[in-house]
Amino acid sequence: MGSGRLYAAVAAGGFRRYATYRAATAAGVFTNTVFGLILVYTYLALWDAKPQLGGYDQAQAVTYVWLGQALLAALAIGGGGFEDELMERIRTGDIAVDLYRPADLQLWWLAADLGRALFQVLGRGLVPFAFGAVFFPVALPREASAWAAFLVAVLLAAMVSFGLRYLVALSAFWLMDGTGVTQMAWLAGFFCSGMLLPLNVFPGALGEVVRALPWSSMLQAPADVLLGEADPLGTFVFQAGWALVLLAVGRLVQSAATRRVVVQGG
Amino acid sequence: MVDAADAAEVTAGRVERGGRVAEGLRAYRLIVAMWIRSTMAYRTSFVLTTLGNFATTALDFVAILLMFSRVDALGGYALGEVAFLYGLTSVSFGLADLAIGSMDRLGRRVRDGTLDTLLVRPAPVLAQVAADRFGLRRLGRVTQGALVLGYALATVDIDWTPAKLLLMPVMLVSGAGIFGAVFVAAAAFQFVAQDASEVSNAFTYGGTTLLQYPPTVFARELVRGVTFVVPLAFVNWLPASHVLERPYPLDLPAWVAFAPPAVAVACCALAGLAWRAGLRSYRSTGS
Repeated sequence: MGSGRLYAAVAAGGFRRYATYRAATAAGVFTNTVFGLILVYTYLALWDAKPQLGGYDQAQAVTYVWLGQALLAALAIGGGGFEDELMERIRTGDIAVDLYRPADLQLWWLAADLGRALFQVLGRGLVPFAFGAVFFPVALPREASAWAAFLVAVLLAAMVSFGLRYLVALSAFWLMDGTGVTQMAWLAGFFCSGMLLPLNVFPGALGEVVRALPWSSMLQAPADVLLGEADPLGTFVFQAGWALVLLAVGRLVQSAATRRVVVQGG
Repeated sequence: MVDAADAAEVTAGRVERGGRVAEGLRAYRLIVAMWIRSTMAYRTSFVLTTLGNFATTALDFVAILLMFSRVDALGGYALGEVAFLYGLTSVSFGLADLAIGSMDRLGRRVRDGTLDTLLVRPAPVLAQVAADRFGLRRLGRVTQGALVLGYALATVDIDWTPAKLLLMPVMLVSGAGIFGAVFVAAAAFQFVAQDASEVSNAFTYGGTTLLQYPPTVFARELVRGVTFVVPLAFVNWLPASHVLERPYPLDLPAWVAFAPPAVAVACCALAGLAWRAGLRSYRSTGS
């Protein structure tokens, strides 16, 4: 019970930490809105040339754009959550202090990252999404149950996102400098999550492969749940499956890494 | 506390105007050379980060290729023509980004107080900020843009005239000038908005993303905005309309295709004024 309170406090801290930078949040909202505006016209042109592309109609494609901009920061699709900080701690050796703490390393960072994600959904996601919904024709469900399913899918997406980035961060135990891995993670995140283009638009076998990878849990899955294009339960199973696999692998890698840590004495 | 910005201006005031520009360029060259030497100390890292830069910027073009795997034209433009627009803006933006792209770190310098160090050095602040942490890896973006431009020139059947040939280099250099002005103006804004440095991304990265697609795709108001307010349309849309013999956006007269150099000069002058105003308003936090 006590540990539950601890992680709740860590999550609240993650939320408050990001909430502190109001100007940065406003700037992010502005930038996401501008990018949404640019993308939405390219999507409209694409769906003009080929209506019903990937099974979406034009309103669904527009909704998809604004959903992507709303969730980009929260799900850290291109990276940019906790991993830079954790990698820095591994590089400098501060990680030794973290390992001494009476708290689990993975759960600690998961809680902090979920707190951050919650803030960024509210602080950075709502305004661009509302802007899109007001100025463009969007396809949103009326039933509360669809919205509830969407929120569950977003929570699972945040877990998958964390699982991936935790592995990225732990690579610093072996590589020391995480620049290359971070960059690869960014590329994979943008390409395979549906941020670049909805995955159901990808042609042939490439589409089938990217839709089976964990990244598709991050944007494509919640979007399809909200747009009524996917069965929520099946989507949850897919997302939760990947989340469990990634978190379990993270745990294995963590124990392998901590066994080989040698703290520089002094 | 002595106002550092004023102090720097007093020092600078002693030097003549023309001499100041030469001095700035010299300082810029020296600092850039220093960063290049520092980069080259880690050659493998340089090669890898340049490849990474290449790959991340190529992702935008992958999106366009994916779109064209499903359609034959976007806004009435074929793949080769979109690639032409893409290549032009990517090379222009890439050059500006290579030269002064690190200016978006200014907000951080204002926050942590390290800008004061630059103010007391005997070199123009703009040159120092522009050359700060010069990233040679940004050649990756320029290379990627140039390859797409080469592909476009090979596939699109352009009816070349002397004017069109001349327009090609002029448009690339002017485009770099316009994007450079946007970078400087965005940096000037950071004196006021410190934490809000991400806003500049909307105009720099957002601008080049916009220009990768044909103007026919976008709403009239948006095209009007990037023609008359932030004149990004002069980077490629308008001159490329002449080269590709396409109707001009907003029914603009034909001579606007040759306006980019004048627009670039005007933009740079305005950005220079904005920079001076920003620097003048800077008050150090002290300790």
